[in-house]
Amino acid sequence: MVIAFWTLAALTLGSAVMIVLTRNLLHALLCLILSFVGMAGVFITLSADFVAVVQVLVYAGAIAVLMLFAIMLSPRSGRDNAANMLQLPALVLCGLFAAGVTFTVIETDWREASRGSFDTTAEAIGQALLSPFVLPFEIASVLLVVAMVGAIVLVREDS
Amino acid sequence: MSPLVLDARVTLEQVLIVGAILFSIGLYIALTKRNAVGVLMGIELMLNAVNLTFLGFARFVESPRPIDGHVFAVFVITVAAAEAAVALALVVAIYRFRDTIDVDRINLLRW
Repeated sequence: MVIAFWTLAALTLGSAVMIVLTRNLLHALLCLILSFVGMAGVFITLSADFVAVVQVLVYAGAIAVLMLFAIMLSPRSGRDNAANMLQLPALVLCGLFAAGVTFTVIETDWREASRGSFDTTAEAIGQALLSPFVLPFEIASVLLVVAMVGAIVLVREDS
Repeated sequence: MSPLVLDARVTLEQVLIVGAILFSIGLYIALTKRNAVGVLMGIELMLNAVNLTFLGFARFVESPRPIDGHVFAVFVITVAAAEAAVALALVVAIYRFRDTIDVDRINLLRW
């Protein structure tokens, strides 16, 4: 499990770094999909099987295809992956953020449980969605409808 | 013993540090890319890193209802999907009006 976790984490982080380095936006998208799939594997090592499947379906499937459409609908000259002038400040900011979070993580006592891994999570997630989390669940469905209608209205040709 | 030593099992600290590094890479991408789709890629990576920390806490921390972290991760994925749909529709609409999706050149509201 440790080897699987670190292999998948290295795959995820390595392909995330490749998004920064690659020059072509389509190659960056492929690296992003690889990162999502690696992250789904990391979720499985954390015994989150349902969320891992949803991750592959929604992120690696739907969102990646949406981004592919957006790239294909934009001009060929706009497909480079160039960086802007903020590289050095952003690098400093992100380094400080990662260092700060790492320091906090190491210094804090997290009250870790001795409970083992979950057996299956899908049944428990379904019951949690329908008893304590009914209202957010319904609001999420309304949000999805509003987002879909909004996306259609935004790209509609006015006739 | 330091919690970072590679002993026989994955610990919460290791998961959280992987999440922090992934969040930082996503933040860097979102801040430095000139292409609007590239910025969106960074945002999706950041949401993904947050999901990783949710699942890490759900797996390792003492709690009466440990499955709630998974439910939260499912909600984050839902909101991310809605946000990606609207953002990419905005990208297509902006390209139609301005002929570019370079976020440095979309500065109509600049003072």
